[in-house]
Amino acid sequence: MQRIFLFLYSIRAFILFVVLELIAAWMILNYNSRQGAVFLNSSGQLTGSILHTKRNFLEYFYMGSINEALSEKNAMLLKRLENLSPSGDTTYFELDSVFAHTYDFWSAKVINNSLHLHQNYLTINKGRKQGIRQGMGVFNEQGVIGRVTGVSNNFATVISLLHTDLLISSKIKRGGVIASTRWDGVDSKKAKLLYVPRHVEIEVGDTVVSSGFNATFPEGINIGVIHEVNEGEETNYLDITLEFTTDFSKLSYVYLVENSMRIELDSLNSETNILPNDGQ
Amino acid sequence: MTGNNILKLGIAYIMYFIIQVLILKDLVLFGDAFCFLYVYAILLLPLEIKPIPLMLLGFFMGLAVDMFYDTPGMHVASTVLLAFLRNPWIKVNTPRGGYDENVPPTLLNMGLAWSTGYTFPLILIHHVCFFYLDFLGTSFSPSIVIRMLSSVLFTFVLAAIVQLLFYNKKKGI
Repeated sequence: MQRIFLFLYSIRAFILFVVLELIAAWMILNYNSRQGAVFLNSSGQLTGSILHTKRNFLEYFYMGSINEALSEKNAMLLKRLENLSPSGDTTYFELDSVFAHTYDFWSAKVINNSLHLHQNYLTINKGRKQGIRQGMGVFNEQGVIGRVTGVSNNFATVISLLHTDLLISSKIKRGGVIASTRWDGVDSKKAKLLYVPRHVEIEVGDTVVSSGFNATFPEGINIGVIHEVNEGEETNYLDITLEFTTDFSKLSYVYLVENSMRIELDSLNSETNILPNDGQ
Repeated sequence: MTGNNILKLGIAYIMYFIIQVLILKDLVLFGDAFCFLYVYAILLLPLEIKPIPLMLLGFFMGLAVDMFYDTPGMHVASTVLLAFLRNPWIKVNTPRGGYDENVPPTLLNMGLAWSTGYTFPLILIHHVCFFYLDFLGTSFSPSIVIRMLSSVLFTFVLAAIVQLLFYNKKKGI
């Protein structure tokens, strides 16, 4: 017995090595299962506040482009408001109020971002206390960014569109063909558009927007512009490359959206065994 | 090892971490060349350090870096591997006449040839491990090799500059 202990003692360094590597492997597997647990990641309290301070310093350098983007968004909203507001000489019916209030919006600031790995995440400076919940969609005035995956009290982690596991239900604006956008991990400006059948006619330059089918995003938020169309090698689908409209290297302020009927929609889907066509 | 020395090493350890997560995280050349300078916090510890404290230091450094990179476990796995291999590799590389005591294995103390032979393979193993874990589950592309090699080179060159600028001969930092 004593000899066993002596032997174990003599290889203690190796045993510690194996234990530490097993802890690391457990962490990798646990995090990639995407159960949304905030466990030792950048939305932790201490990490979040350090990143927030850093971002506050750096923000001065981006002030110009942030202002420009905000004023652009303002101009767009004003234009839309002009179109929507009833003019004096027509009659205006308010339709069912259920449709009027399906989506809730929040704004937040990106305090941490990565775009060069295969699994990229963002951190934003709002969390549970500010009403952020898991599963909300994230976008900015340029287009779709990602989906909230973990929430702590004051910060939240967002799984970026630049993550090889995230599928976004999309649609080609011209013609309305439904497809899925997924990043292939190669270039942070381009992604693949999946499940478009061969018979569909597509032109380079067509816009791809969110489809509004999966209750994360409202319909019609920009995702990208079609960059290249090839015949797929082995499948019945076309091999389409799109260029993101969002510049992921310059994210500052973002908007979050939640479908207030999401729970109802999801439970209806699961009752009838329809799986949403993106990987949720 | 004196108390003063331990304090200096502790400060260096924390500085490597802070510089890594606040500055070098945003510095990726051409979208491919990463700089994981923090591995030098482990590589440049004194030669006499025992494997168990060394691995624990590597583990906590990896954990802290992972929290900021949102890559749970990946930096931990690679850094613990690096720490595990460090001492045997130093033993293999023993120059004729053995090592001087209380001299950290920096570029200035050991010379360019020894330093390259010591750090280059270890950084390569660390980076291959990290990028392999990052790349798991996606289809293979040759860019991963370019990414590994350019990152090793970038880390190595930046570390050489840092050591020339901030380290004294013999005394360490």
